[in-house]
Amino acid sequence: MKSLLAAALVLPSLAHAAAMGVDDARHLLGRTGFGAPPAEVREFSRLSREQAVERVLAAKLTEARTSPPAWVEEPITPRRVVRDMSPEERQAFQRREVERGLDLRGWWLREMLTTPAPLTERMTLFWHNHFVSSQQKVRAGQLMYRQNVLLRRHATGSFAELLHTVSKDPAMVIYLDSATNRKGQPNENFAREVMELFTLGEGQYGERDIREAARAFTGWSLEPDTGEFRWRPFQHDDGTKTVLGRTGNFKGDDVLDILLAQPATADFIAAKLWREFISPAPVSEAERRELANVAARFRASGYDIQAALRALLSTQAFWATANRAALVKSPVDLVVGTLRQFEFAVGDPMPLAVVTAQLGQNLFAPPNVKGWPGGEAWINSQTLLARKQFAERVFRADEMQPVAMQDPGRRTGGAPGGMEARQRFMRAALEIRFDAERWSAGVPGSASTTEIERLVLARPPVNPVPEMVGTRELVRVLALDPVYQLK
Amino acid sequence: MLRRDFLKWSAAAGGVVALAPRAAFGAPGARYSRLLVLVELKGANDGLNTVVPYADPAYYALRPRIGIKRDEVASLDERFGFHPALAPLLPLWRARELAIVHGVGYANPNLSHFRSIEIWDTASNPDEYLHEGWLARAFAGAPAPAAFAAEGVVIGSNDFGPLAGGSARTIALANTEQFARQARLAQPTAASGNAALAHILKVESDVVHAASGLASGATLRTEFPQGPFGNAVRTAAQVVASPGGVAVLRLTLNGFDTHQNQPGVHSNLLKQLAEGLVALKDALVELGRWESTLILTYSEFGRRAQENGSNGTDHGTASVQLALGGRVAGGFYGGAPRLDRLESGNLVHTVDFRSLYATVLERWWGIPSSPTLGGRFPTLDFVRA
Repeated sequence: MKSLLAAALVLPSLAHAAAMGVDDARHLLGRTGFGAPPAEVREFSRLSREQAVERVLAAKLTEARTSPPAWVEEPITPRRVVRDMSPEERQAFQRREVERGLDLRGWWLREMLTTPAPLTERMTLFWHNHFVSSQQKVRAGQLMYRQNVLLRRHATGSFAELLHTVSKDPAMVIYLDSATNRKGQPNENFAREVMELFTLGEGQYGERDIREAARAFTGWSLEPDTGEFRWRPFQHDDGTKTVLGRTGNFKGDDVLDILLAQPATADFIAAKLWREFISPAPVSEAERRELANVAARFRASGYDIQAALRALLSTQAFWATANRAALVKSPVDLVVGTLRQFEFAVGDPMPLAVVTAQLGQNLFAPPNVKGWPGGEAWINSQTLLARKQFAERVFRADEMQPVAMQDPGRRTGGAPGGMEARQRFMRAALEIRFDAERWSAGVPGSASTTEIERLVLARPPVNPVPEMVGTRELVRVLALDPVYQLK
Repeated sequence: MLRRDFLKWSAAAGGVVALAPRAAFGAPGARYSRLLVLVELKGANDGLNTVVPYADPAYYALRPRIGIKRDEVASLDERFGFHPALAPLLPLWRARELAIVHGVGYANPNLSHFRSIEIWDTASNPDEYLHEGWLARAFAGAPAPAAFAAEGVVIGSNDFGPLAGGSARTIALANTEQFARQARLAQPTAASGNAALAHILKVESDVVHAASGLASGATLRTEFPQGPFGNAVRTAAQVVASPGGVAVLRLTLNGFDTHQNQPGVHSNLLKQLAEGLVALKDALVELGRWESTLILTYSEFGRRAQENGSNGTDHGTASVQLALGGRVAGGFYGGAPRLDRLESGNLVHTVDFRSLYATVLERWWGIPSSPTLGGRFPTLDFVRA
């Protein structure tokens, strides 16, 4: 009796130490990366949850493996130069910038497709959607690239360091108007958003804090010809400011430290990580306690992002059955995830940049400083139909049809026009191929319908799955199922 | 009056299923025969440079650099004039089919874009958090006829704003032909699941319901302006021309967050707005719907009265909104906020934004507003009986 009781108490922990199986492996790899091919799922399925989490966290990069386009090293084109161009010159310049914008997006998407450290890319994307800057306003692709490099370098490092660095990043200085925030002529844009969206969250500060902080941020500026950050002491308001109850002759970095000292900052970031990795929000007292614990560990670690992620991936909520299929895939999740999971051959990744933009996620150009709202907002009639069309085309039987849902030349808003871009799109789309036979050879088990369902979907499909069909058709049906939009 | 309009329109549309009148509010089919078109000016439109108080010296004192010069305004009366880019709207103003509502805002204003538009979209108090848009709540109480293709159609935005949450049948689309082509990929299902899955299943079911009703293929003589907003207006006209029926259209014009170098940016935006609205009017006249359509602008707040150091304006509070339509009683409504009585540099509102909504609900659709708005707000007289 006594030993039975002891066994019952020990059992759960033994179960954790044991191999976690295919469902858990698919879940972990899907949520921390972008979906994984069958062989990787099989490999992870043999690990315990703890081992698997450590392996995911250990696969960390601070630099992309994919080589960037050569032009990222070129000096930026100053605005006055663009202003002085003839109409023809300007048109040629703009066409080139559109091409470069596609190359930049393609570069990042290729890194996501091929990286050995998917969590690094997921977190780079997470910070892109947190410390938002958009090329629509920043213009120079070089500056957007440099910001992306910065976000990746700190992606799973120190949030405090990331905050200080990205605040003075040239793309950010342009995007939130810091360069025009001067002594006696304040511009509150950055001061407001750094509190509302980057650290404390709405309601944790007053209008006066924003006005005072804006004065502290004066003096941050750019060298117009190089796009480098410059500190201009003569534009700095060196008077006394009061921010969140503290008074002093603050500079911008002092205000950032005041924000980091507020417990609300760790709470705010932890809650956002929860939405990214676990569920739209904690639903029970137990989950709220787990979230508070993640925030506490994040703060205690001195804002070590990896510590926050370890805490998050170790919660019961992360593994709970109730939270499977609780998150909506982003367009990047859907597109990169599909291609990674099904091991597509991809040549020029440019069509993927167009497709994600059509689905509502134009990389390097979030809709506003709050970023993509995500969750259910990803899905409306327009985007759902476009997602289904994407799935239908990539798994089509006839391989000679372009992968795209739409000809990019007919699009407005974010996607490029022009004959050359269109031709490149069509050519590249033809090279994106799914090899059903090779893929199903890697499926764990006997590649039964059920095995494939469990690999592809986070919960059983809603629609009936036809029996006795080939792998390609089965996968196509599963990818058109509403559940395919979830992770 | 309403009833006759509905019959005329449904006959023209090829016969919409007749609906039994609802006991409480009369016949909903008749009610939603009146269309509402909302135009969101996203990013916070600068009311003072939209309808310029050009006779007030305080205006030029606050805006020495970005103020619209007295001889440049398109004069509306001896005190106010349109920004010159809005000149295409002057014929509508003279025909008294355009109402200008001054000072629209709310008490204890919130200056965050995101929180403030949430307050507008959900029609909440600033200290109250609601999850459903005000139109979603209105449709929950008084649904559109089942024969309607959709209750709301959102064009050119992924965000449903006043139609978000709740059970309203809302379709987002960019182009009616493309929607009709792709809709075959949606299939009806009886399944259910967690919140995320339920949302996807509802979208899918709304698509199935709307699939046949929103394709018009109508060729309009009206010419539409180039650019994203012109395209959205064209799509709006195509939806109005379609046989399915909708109660609300929502369009969005982006880019009003003019912290920096406002004059050029704002002028360009107002030009797009004016040309788009004129094209929409022409199309509605062509379709015989001008008399049964109310167009209303909204924006999360206005901008600071005083210009900032970057040739722009920071976030502000009250602003001006426009109402247009064949049944609009043109003229000024609400009190213009006083420039010599600012609060923390901001305009003090004179009209609660929910008065616009109450006017839509009660005077335009004839449904009670209190259940939707959670209280009584005085209606405005810009809708003719």
